[in-house]
Amino acid sequence: MTVAPNKIARRAFIAELLRHRGEALIATGLGSATWDCFAAGDSPEFLYSWGGMGLAVPTALGLALAQPDRRVLAITGDGEMMMGLGSLAVVGDQGPKNLAVLVLDNETFGETGRQRGLTAGRVDIAAVAMAVGFSDVMTVTEQGATAALGHFLFARPGPVLAVAKIAITEDPWALPEKDGATLAHRFRTSLGVEKA
Amino acid sequence: MSSPGSNWSLDIFRAIEARNITLVCTVPDGGLTNLLDLIAADEKIRLVTLSTEEEGIGIATGCWLGGRRAIIAMQSSGVGNCINALGLPLAYRAPCLMLVTMRGQWAEFNPWQVPMGQAAKPALEAMGVRCFPVERPEEVGETFAAAADLAFNSRTSAAVLVSQRIIGAKGFGQK
Ligand SMILES: Cc1ncc(C[n+]2csc(CCOP(=O)(O)OP(=O)(O)O)c2C)c(N)n1
Repeated sequence: MTVAPNKIARRAFIAELLRHRGEALIATGLGSATWDCFAAGDSPEFLYSWGGMGLAVPTALGLALAQPDRRVLAITGDGEMMMGLGSLAVVGDQGPKNLAVLVLDNETFGETGRQRGLTAGRVDIAAVAMAVGFSDVMTVTEQGATAALGHFLFARPGPVLAVAKIAITEDPWALPEKDGATLAHRFRTSLGVEKA
Repeated sequence: MSSPGSNWSLDIFRAIEARNITLVCTVPDGGLTNLLDLIAADEKIRLVTLSTEEEGIGIATGCWLGGRRAIIAMQSSGVGNCINALGLPLAYRAPCLMLVTMRGQWAEFNPWQVPMGQAAKPALEAMGVRCFPVERPEEVGETFAAAADLAFNSRTSAAVLVSQRIIGAKGFGQK
């Protein structure tokens, strides 16, 4: 199979997309998705993760069920998403209207050395999401798709999932706080569920 | 099947209600049937059916980060599915409460249940989870309540292990 390589440059794409965030809470999957969101401009409303591979969508689902009046967006990689693929069915079953998922799909396990990932071939995460009860899905391949994608992820009744076909890029290190208790405290105080 | 004279499932249900735990994640087990029926019938508690138990660890952690209390109910075999996931609440210093109905110990008839049933407690302890085994039906409610208070008030991980002796060993032909 010969296909054109993915074009989207992730850092600029995420920075642009997050301008449309409004008051949405962002939960990131381990690794590059965390670095991208931190590089875009830190916020206490970003819940970073440095581990728990496969748990980005479950964590975001828990958050969405706890904060039904807030939009929640999970941003994660294709490898991370594949490890928790069954959780898409749990989201489909629960049907939270405030939950969106963005998969940054570079078709590789980038963090561990760019090994070929499952989405490099026939596996289509957006099709899976549709089949397990998401209300809508979207696949984007262009750098300029952020405004339409922002509307889709932050305003469309959920649960919705988008796959962004991103390029394999070398980006500068951008590492947020890694102490989870510190991250949890600033996130919960910003939500007002914990005293400052 | 609960022992005569004690309704430990109802005791847990009351402890859940009293602690404002409003979300229960599960992959079901036969031993949890009565409790899950009570939860499914209750409008204030949301039942979340999982595809695998570790999702429950993520969901409960996300719930707490958002200000809501959740627990995960599972069979002892499901403990094995949770091991790496248990690092998540520990990292965030989030509470994590697991209710585990045991297999592979008291008069087990299915040899496939034995390895994980026997390993469940040491595996949980290796991941820093405080274990509360219960052998008597009348002690289940108070043990669950104590484990819940420890987990949510001290922000730690705890598991209540309900002995197969309480649940009753199954035989072939039984579900
Ligand atoms: C359970 C588990 N297995 C393996 C790893 C190692 N690991 C860390 S990041 C990663 C790849 C993530 O790939 P993807 O989500 O596609 O993100 P990318 O780095 O490509 O942006 C892997 C396999 C891990 N952290 N946890």
